[in-house]
Amino acid sequence: MRALLLVLALIAAPVHAVTLKWAAQNDVLTLDPHSQNHATTHAVLQYTYEGLVRYTKDYKIEPSLAVKWEEVSPTQWRFNLRKGVKFHDGAPFTADDVVFSFGRIKQPQGTNQIYVSGIKEVKKIDDYTVELLLDGPSPILLRNIVDFRIMSKSWSEKNRSQNIQDYKAKEETYASRNTNGTGPYLIKGWEPDKRIVFALNKDWWGKLDGNVTDVVYTPIKSDATRVSALLSGDVDLVTDLPTQDVERLRKDANLRVLDGHEVRTIFIGLDQYNDELKYSNVKGKNPMKDLRVRRALNMAVDREAIKKVTMRGLSIPAGIMVAPGVHGYSKDIDLVPKVDPAGAKKLLAEAGYPDGFEFTLDCPNNRYVNDEKICQALVSMWARAGVRVRLNAMPFANFIPKILNLDTSAYMLGWGVQTFDALYSLQSLVRTKTSGADGSFNQGRISDAKLDQQIDALKITTDTKVRDAMLREALITTRDQAYYVPLHHQLRPWAMKKGVSIPHSPDDRPQARFATVK
Amino acid sequence: MFLKTVWQHDLAWSFRRSPVTVVAAILTVVCVGAALAAPWLAPQDPFNMAALNLNDAFTPPAWDERGVGRYPLGTDNQGRDILSTIMHGARISLGVGLASVFLSLVFGVSLGLLAGYFGGRLDAVIMRIADVQLSFPAILIALLVDGVARVALPAERHDDIAIPVLVLSIGFAGWVQYARTVRGSTMVEREKEYVQAARVIGRRPLAILLLHVLPNVTGPVLVIATIHIATAIITEATLSFLGVGVPATRPSLGTLIRIGNEFLYSGEWWITVFPGLALVILVLSVNLLGDWLRDALNPKLR
Repeated sequence: MRALLLVLALIAAPVHAVTLKWAAQNDVLTLDPHSQNHATTHAVLQYTYEGLVRYTKDYKIEPSLAVKWEEVSPTQWRFNLRKGVKFHDGAPFTADDVVFSFGRIKQPQGTNQIYVSGIKEVKKIDDYTVELLLDGPSPILLRNIVDFRIMSKSWSEKNRSQNIQDYKAKEETYASRNTNGTGPYLIKGWEPDKRIVFALNKDWWGKLDGNVTDVVYTPIKSDATRVSALLSGDVDLVTDLPTQDVERLRKDANLRVLDGHEVRTIFIGLDQYNDELKYSNVKGKNPMKDLRVRRALNMAVDREAIKKVTMRGLSIPAGIMVAPGVHGYSKDIDLVPKVDPAGAKKLLAEAGYPDGFEFTLDCPNNRYVNDEKICQALVSMWARAGVRVRLNAMPFANFIPKILNLDTSAYMLGWGVQTFDALYSLQSLVRTKTSGADGSFNQGRISDAKLDQQIDALKITTDTKVRDAMLREALITTRDQAYYVPLHHQLRPWAMKKGVSIPHSPDDRPQARFATVK
Repeated sequence: MFLKTVWQHDLAWSFRRSPVTVVAAILTVVCVGAALAAPWLAPQDPFNMAALNLNDAFTPPAWDERGVGRYPLGTDNQGRDILSTIMHGARISLGVGLASVFLSLVFGVSLGLLAGYFGGRLDAVIMRIADVQLSFPAILIALLVDGVARVALPAERHDDIAIPVLVLSIGFAGWVQYARTVRGSTMVEREKEYVQAARVIGRRPLAILLLHVLPNVTGPVLVIATIHIATAIITEATLSFLGVGVPATRPSLGTLIRIGNEFLYSGEWWITVFPGLALVILVLSVNLLGDWLRDALNPKLR
């Protein structure tokens, strides 16, 4: 009898370690959750730092550090915080931490202000209640604050990390190298460009939906090496596959390829602000200001060929600036311009460039799937319309400061939509540039008074029907004015060992808490 | 008459006697000829962006069932004809190789002559610099020069200056061998009567160096230069393989191999294998010619 009990006890307590080894191309930029709005950094830090609300598997909002909320008035939301939650250092989580984190994420040296945009103030009511006071009614408040992550006030103060690091000045702080969150996993160590090791937070308030107790994230830059690591069994999961290897991995009996799309649109931005295009042979004027030129550039691009050849089928040719899965997307408005180099030539001639013109395209070469190859293909497609493009491809680390300093005439960028609402893209990419969240990545400095008005109205319109119609109109206007050259929406298959099961996520953030490893 | 003289010359005789050398020479001539005549012979101009069609990309070689006759060796990932790209790429590789060897030669021979003739402190300084440089691999020095040039020069002009920068960096990395060889020979020649006589009648050092010493030290230099061409082509290919060489829109052999390398797993082997093969044939035949020249010019081996 006693022996039987012992056996039962052993069966009932499966506390052995299960490790998920995950590899992707990029390393995180920092461990400070308020510093950089960068997909991989968020993907890794959400294991450790939590927000007031979070996404479910199918991207609905559910309680996280807040257990419930109510709209006291359209501009006043009250959140009841979860009791008994502890940070990894043991300190209790209270309203003070929320107020502190709000003040911190708003600091101008970070790039995550967009997740609290529209929030005027966070007011502590008592230790477990806060109120968010808004500038105006917000239809997407809950989706916006998913990535507003809570840090411990006492820990930050003790370690002199009340301020976000100045990333552009290469500043390091305690918080950019160490973490202290409330999440399911704690970071045991980060060796830049080598690995990040996570262990289970045994005191976590929530319940795992899988069995993973340890996670090792390995950034592997080289495509071939990353695939080899998966084939040899060194890693369990690869979330960015080289497109040319996907078919082969599908045929591998030891692997499983999980298909899914990503809510990211790849596009070319054009300088529509300067009176003379900086990197061009056109002097005294800016051809990109002319709608006919922008339309010609759009018409010359054979998006189907890029899909078929460069992406090996792993893209959806794009006509609008948001991807399927984003609220506001609709197939009937995502119309790809007809490929027509001759028509493009004619339009250019009408615009006063019968012999075409020249400009330089800045392109990252290690950020998006096949980024440089797509740029090369564009060069030859535009050449057929008579536009001679000089390709200036460089690593993302050199590319991003150049683009942020507006030192560009044309550039490739990809925009993922973390809030799953098209306003995020319109506000960042199309709204006239300001120093804040509005136009934060409108690097071509598009300025359309009518669109600005619509976008500002979108921020505060809560009637879903009215708002959806407005989103649609703004996306159509952006498309018809050819403010950008959208190329495609990325598809992102993941490959994993047979024994691994994890839901595919369109924001490219594998959730270890949902994963099972056999 | 002239042909007959050439035919009966020592070198020609030793050339005829070595079948390997004859094959190497023929291959070299074919490679160089194909490279020089690329603009007229190549089926496609791979640098004319408007002529490329992305829909033709990844076409296998003509003998494959999916291949087409238009692209005898297949196409790369942008729809460039591999054969044409190899011919144009070899042009760049050879051009960069020859130009950088010439640069090393001029630089190395001048320094070697100065060091060997004047000796003393000048000799010590030049040779210590040479020793220091010898302790770094040539590719590292080329990377260094290339990196510095890239930072120093404006980014938007990189494409125009990529090839001169490449020539400069490979040329700079290779001067030591010439300087050492020439210095040694010069030290020997310096003591010979004809040099002393020239000095006695009051010729200026520059004239002595260029008119009297230089012609007598060129033999070994030519041998080194021939072998060095092969090394320079390899260095260029390595730099381009690492992605710091010529711009991607004007691929050299090394760039082609790098591009093709990404597609080895997915089965498009021809993108990397044919340029690789071309590089091997070119380098091997130039090397064999250099070896033969070294043996033929060495009186001890005759």
